[in-house]
Amino acid sequence: MDKNGRKLPNQPKKSLMHDVQIANENARSGAEPLTHNRPRAFEPDWLTDIRVNLSAVERRCATMNTRRSVKKDQQVAWMLKAISCIDLTTLAGDDTPGRVRRLCAKAKNPVRTELLKGFGVEGLHLTTGAVCVYHTMVETAVAALEGTGIPVAAVSTGFPAGLSPFDVRLAEIRASVAAGAGEIDIVITRAHVLNGHWEALYEEVVAFKEACGQAHLKTIIATGELGSLTNVAKAALVCMMAGADFVKTSTGMESKNANLPVSLTMARMIREFDERTGIKVGFKPAGGIRTAKEAVGYLVLMKEELGRRWLEPDLFRFGASGLLGDIERQLEYHLTGRYSAANRHPMG
Amino acid sequence: MSVLEDFESMDYGPAPENSTKAMEWLAAHDKKFNHFIDGDWVTPSGKSWFASYNPASGDLLAEIAQGSKKDVDEAVQAATRAAKDWAGLSGHARARYLYAIARLIQKHARMLAVLESLDNGKPIRESRDIDVPLVARHFYHHVGWAQLADTQLKDFAPLGVVGQVIPWNFPLLMLAWKVAPALAAGNTVVLKPAEYTSLTALRFAEICEEAGLPKGVVNIVTGDGETGAEIVNHDGLQKLAFTGSTDVGRIIRRASAGSGKKLTLELGGKSPFLVFDDADLDSVVEGLVDAIWFNQGQVCCAGSRLIAQEGIAERLYEKIRARMGKLRLGDPLDKGIDIGAIVDPVQRDQIDALVKAGVEDGATLFQPDIPVPSQGCYYPPTLLTEVESSNICAREEIFGPVLSATTFRTLKEGVELANNTRYGLAASIWTETLSKAMEVAPQIKAGVIWVNSTNLFDAAAGFGGYRESGVGREGGHEGMMEYLKPAFEKDLKDITPLETPPAHFVEPGGDLPTIDRTAKLYYGGKQARADNDSSLTVVSHNGAYAGAVAYGQYKDIRNAVEAAAKAASWRNATHHNKAQILFYMAENLSIRAHEFEDRLKSLTGATAAKAKKEVALSIERLFNAAAWADKYDGQIHTPPMRGVVAAMKEPVGTLAILCPDDAPLLGFISLMAPAMAMGNTSVIVPSERYPLLATDFYQIIETSDVPAGVINIVTGPHKDLAPVLAKHDNVDGIWYHGSQPLSREVEELSADNIKRTWVNYGRAYDWFDPEQGSGKHLLRHATEVKNIWLPYGDQI
Repeated sequence: MDKNGRKLPNQPKKSLMHDVQIANENARSGAEPLTHNRPRAFEPDWLTDIRVNLSAVERRCATMNTRRSVKKDQQVAWMLKAISCIDLTTLAGDDTPGRVRRLCAKAKNPVRTELLKGFGVEGLHLTTGAVCVYHTMVETAVAALEGTGIPVAAVSTGFPAGLSPFDVRLAEIRASVAAGAGEIDIVITRAHVLNGHWEALYEEVVAFKEACGQAHLKTIIATGELGSLTNVAKAALVCMMAGADFVKTSTGMESKNANLPVSLTMARMIREFDERTGIKVGFKPAGGIRTAKEAVGYLVLMKEELGRRWLEPDLFRFGASGLLGDIERQLEYHLTGRYSAANRHPMG
Repeated sequence: MSVLEDFESMDYGPAPENSTKAMEWLAAHDKKFNHFIDGDWVTPSGKSWFASYNPASGDLLAEIAQGSKKDVDEAVQAATRAAKDWAGLSGHARARYLYAIARLIQKHARMLAVLESLDNGKPIRESRDIDVPLVARHFYHHVGWAQLADTQLKDFAPLGVVGQVIPWNFPLLMLAWKVAPALAAGNTVVLKPAEYTSLTALRFAEICEEAGLPKGVVNIVTGDGETGAEIVNHDGLQKLAFTGSTDVGRIIRRASAGSGKKLTLELGGKSPFLVFDDADLDSVVEGLVDAIWFNQGQVCCAGSRLIAQEGIAERLYEKIRARMGKLRLGDPLDKGIDIGAIVDPVQRDQIDALVKAGVEDGATLFQPDIPVPSQGCYYPPTLLTEVESSNICAREEIFGPVLSATTFRTLKEGVELANNTRYGLAASIWTETLSKAMEVAPQIKAGVIWVNSTNLFDAAAGFGGYRESGVGREGGHEGMMEYLKPAFEKDLKDITPLETPPAHFVEPGGDLPTIDRTAKLYYGGKQARADNDSSLTVVSHNGAYAGAVAYGQYKDIRNAVEAAAKAASWRNATHHNKAQILFYMAENLSIRAHEFEDRLKSLTGATAAKAKKEVALSIERLFNAAAWADKYDGQIHTPPMRGVVAAMKEPVGTLAILCPDDAPLLGFISLMAPAMAMGNTSVIVPSERYPLLATDFYQIIETSDVPAGVINIVTGPHKDLAPVLAKHDNVDGIWYHGSQPLSREVEELSADNIKRTWVNYGRAYDWFDPEQGSGKHLLRHATEVKNIWLPYGDQI
């Protein structure tokens, strides 16, 4: 390890493996192991100090990616990193086992081998961060990914609105965990946020956390429906108090998905939580992230606001379905100097 | 490095901007440049050139012509020849040229940005995303002013030839701020870029050629401070515009005193960055990055004094230190660099010396452990905490990436600390409470206030300072006013000094002696005897003894200024209330109109009709000022952002007003009333020849509910009192209507604290003329424009 906690390049590479059970083992070899987040006491005082100025946050975001630039080999590396952090997702009413198996195949081999060879990174055994599906598809996905270490994430708790009976929501989590889901993406009750019932939100998430058992809890706060960045910040912090392993922006079904201002706000709360507790919580922007350029922008945000450690799949994920295709095309361009086309890359 | 290693490290790596075009341009000129005079490239008369270097590498960029007196002469002559035709063009025609320039700037935007970064050392991100877009925006905005000039500015005339001297920190942007309004208003210019950074100005000259700008309208003479001095001292100019240090600003003020050259000075700053405990601290930190680590801190309006509420200060410092560790220093042409090179080793050494002195004064130093290039001229970002007001780093402009921090307890103390400086350029206020921000903003003595933001600029919003940060504004309507004069000014004639015949007294042996009335001074709401217990005799136009007034001297001025300063809360009186008091004075004057008419007749020899008219107009002037009190409103600008800029009109502060002899009542009222209506407190020296009209007015002041100290009157010789007032550091502005020599002296002595001045250069205003005696120009002289930036928004 160098002084920054980075692995030295000559150490043997292992695959970007993710353990389905324990966060600590989910880290890339060489990265500092994580301490699992657990529910802690509800501390309303933490919330009262929170102020978020939208205009100032927007200004920061507007220049975030004009202040940093990655080119050439670094650009390739950053795009590969983005792939390793994708929760390759299908959440459609017409999902079938066949569709999910094809998606899982893509997760296992997200980029054409000759491209990886061209960059000299075939030894990375690059995969996506996870595959994300509805409960019904969990078993199919788990079977398809068996032996790969790629976790299956299940959206849960009455996704996307989260308004089904509370017992049903808990039962849904347990069912998905039982079916082999290593990660549960829950949705919070937005009413708790909109009406300032922070303790109710806390209790809800604590219950979800307990239902998850050893599975990772990713809390979707649905930023697009929370009205203000101050609400986004408070909701994220309450979820972390309640034991969330990840805070996630959106279901992808709201009219407004992830963007840099909500991501910056959540990232700052993650930093705040880390400073107060020493616990590192992950971040997952979801919905609407479609281009390699945007993805690199999110990585820059994580690196600038939270640091290098948050550029690993145990602390950062993209919830995206179309992103991978754009990255593949960009990668091919970098290798060949020719602009690529979608039909040259295997469908996910 | 391999992709695999990059994947592990996730470092950014180099991201160099392509400099080929800029380098090709330099090569095409054999790296040697002449002056641009009269539309031609002219070899410097002294056949001498100096070297200009890239501060990031130390490489020679080009040789630049050293301008001599002869070169400046030629440029001024060319500009003078061009002036008449240029001013004679229609506003639309001038707009077309400015539009062509704006378009060309956009077409060559990237090359200009690269050239700027090469020459100045600023990060390409800033020259590309901030400087050059603002340059284009400034020209476009002034395309609009040129277009509107014929209808909206028709009561004004251009000044003629303008000399402009600009600094090295925003070379092309400062050029734009100077050239665009000058040209839009119909002036021609002779501009000297800073010797460190001449290249974009020279490229701009080519753009002028390409735009087909008539010869001589823009002349660029390069050179050092001596060339600048030749411009400043040139008697063929009608205006000087300078951006740079306060010390040089003072020299220019003194050098140009009495010349009649209109002056805009954008000088130094030590701008406060006030953070309340209810601020979004993470955003505050980013604000500081933009405030003090923007352009290596070489920004006149840099938020260099962090003043944080004590309860959150430590926490904020921790966040700042952590953020500083993420700043990247290095090659300005790298797209991922935050802090580039300091413009010159001389500057770097100065920064270093000040930081060391600050530490000796008790400050705690923090510099992050980040790589600093070993080659080139760099200075690391620096945080100084525990910087008390007495520390040199709290008082002196450092002009580098150095933030000085201190704490405050209450809003009141925060404002006091913010204002505890000789400067007054800009301020940032951070709080999530609107009512707090809007309470603080008017209290801070600065021309630009950014609420929850910093270093925002737009051509539509004026920029410029209070106090020693300068005079005048750039941008917006107020900026245009700096390049125009009221049309009537060109017809003003020299004043005819009034004769004072020998005094003769009443013959002995007649009636009983009249009861002597020696008019006292009036200050702090009371009549007061002169400190030296002396009086001055006043005689009428024919020499008849007319009375005596107190012989005011420097101590009386001291007392009067103190009284005026104490009455500063007058600015906060409601406009309605100000108007009521002015109306009341008019009412009381009208009751005693005959008395004043008689006095005018006997004292000045005015005809009954003229005396009647002077009193009637004086009453009208009071009405006029009262009318404006609640109508000379500010403006709301809407720059390209979600938010508004409130351009508030604020009183100058304490005004010294020395009144003309002609129209001794009307001149006095015409000046006093608008000063008062705009919220100033005044120390007025009435007509020296006929002071009794003002001293008779005491009783009107006393019976009209005028708060103590708002109007203070000191009678006495102008030649004694004007210098005392001009030198007084607690006087914010001075108006003088009298002789040319004393006009010069007033301007010269006002340099020390950079007072706002308005002098007549010995020319006579016609106080009976409604435009000259009650036009808006009086209100402009009585106010400063403060632009308050208010970004808003909450819904995501």
